[in-house]
Amino acid sequence: MGFLDTLFGRSKPVQPKLDDLFGLPSAAVQLEAAMGFKPTGSGSVSFRAPEGRPFADIQKEVLELLAMDDDKPGGGLPVEVTKDGYGYTWLVSNHMSDEIDALVTDLHAVNSALVDGGFGPQLLCTLVAFTDDSHRRLSLVYLYKRGTFYPFAPLSGNNRDNALELQAKGILGDDLRMEQDLTRWFPVWGAPGL
Amino acid sequence: MATQTRYAPDRGLTVRMTATMFLLGLVFVAFVALIIGIMSAANASGASIVLVALIFGGGTAFASLFFSDKIALAAAGAREVSPKEAPELHGIVDRLCALADMDKPRVAIAPGMMPNAFATGRNSKNSVLCVTEGLLYHTGLTQEELEGVLAHELSHVAHKDVQVMTYASLLAIVAGLLVRFAFYSELFGGGRRSSNDGNAALIIPLILLASAVVYAISFLLIRLLSRYRELAADRSGALLTQNPSALMSALQKVSGGMNRIPTQDLRAAEPLNAFYFAPAMKLSGGASLSAVFSTHPSLEKRIEQLSKIQRELGQPGADPRGIR
Repeated sequence: MGFLDTLFGRSKPVQPKLDDLFGLPSAAVQLEAAMGFKPTGSGSVSFRAPEGRPFADIQKEVLELLAMDDDKPGGGLPVEVTKDGYGYTWLVSNHMSDEIDALVTDLHAVNSALVDGGFGPQLLCTLVAFTDDSHRRLSLVYLYKRGTFYPFAPLSGNNRDNALELQAKGILGDDLRMEQDLTRWFPVWGAPGL
Repeated sequence: MATQTRYAPDRGLTVRMTATMFLLGLVFVAFVALIIGIMSAANASGASIVLVALIFGGGTAFASLFFSDKIALAAAGAREVSPKEAPELHGIVDRLCALADMDKPRVAIAPGMMPNAFATGRNSKNSVLCVTEGLLYHTGLTQEELEGVLAHELSHVAHKDVQVMTYASLLAIVAGLLVRFAFYSELFGGGRRSSNDGNAALIIPLILLASAVVYAISFLLIRLLSRYRELAADRSGALLTQNPSALMSALQKVSGGMNRIPTQDLRAAEPLNAFYFAPAMKLSGGASLSAVFSTHPSLEKRIEQLSKIQRELGQPGADPRGIR
């Protein structure tokens, strides 16, 4: 925030950064080669649905847009909409595990529809899930406002596998912009699409 | 690149805040000029108390700013909690900070039935957000309402309100100290003065008078500024969560709870009032008088502003990018 904004107690809504999302497919390749983690094919976009009619309209548009995609071959399963315990809406897109490009395209379609509607500041994060042969779970979370990724590896009972997360950070450092500030790696327990 | 925002800034609020800060500055300049004038008129034997008041006042203000988080936590008897201890609370704060792209403050819980919350700290890296057990468990706030309260407090952090209010109070602190010093030196020092020191005998009462006037004016201006900062935090908080109605109902629940609270609790909480979500102390006396003195705007004013934001959010998207 600038000096004047501080003086007048204004905080401007923060606009999301979308471009770095397209680094995901190459990161997925890295992740499989180095650690044996494969995409599960599901990914989700989390946003804060504002009250009021305009947003409800946009959300409907987005869903219709994604549903149209599903008619094409390889379009995957329909998009699910869930609301989590914190009041955030998650759009979960399910694809086959080898269709990470299509998944990222879907996620980006949601983002750009929301941003075009003027709802960019409402985007919280996007999440793409990975798993390995021993069924360990790892997901990459994209922070829209920072334009950075961080790994999130949930274990049972609200614990996270920090060793695995740090390993992933080291491996992906060249492909993705990783969040350097570890205090911003906030957990998303029970996130849909995890 | 056009940034897309759907909300017009509240120009009225900005203008009123500017005017208040300008007046505070004006009083400050006038005060300094007056003191210098008085000093040069008589030959400067009162200079020492002005200097002492400045050093003391400045020192106090700086110390209270620098240690604001520790002082406030100690005064409220609050304890910092880890994400393990309060996963839900941390979860809400995590998400709000990610939405607003700001550093996450430390999170603390204070004992006591009084439903309230405050945020303090000299900058975003050193800030702490504290909620009372009363707010968490005994007010019956829903998750969304609690989130509204936390978003309000995070806006205080983002707006650096602790810093702004400390700087604004500096003048009042110095003037208040001067009144006290001048008063005591008049009481105890009067007898020692020799007859050829006639000018100096006049200085002290003059400084006393000027300081008292400045103190009164700046006190009112600071309270006014504090009310504007609250409105600004309400506004930013509601825009962050996009859910003004939850904040409105939280305000109503918390204010309703305030009226039921026994006075002992209120007195204990009084020093922290300026940083609280809702004022814990109700001033007796006429409604208009208490409105001038209070640190927080009235519930009606806050609700009215939030309803306005609510209407903005519900407006059909003829131009979805809205007002820039």
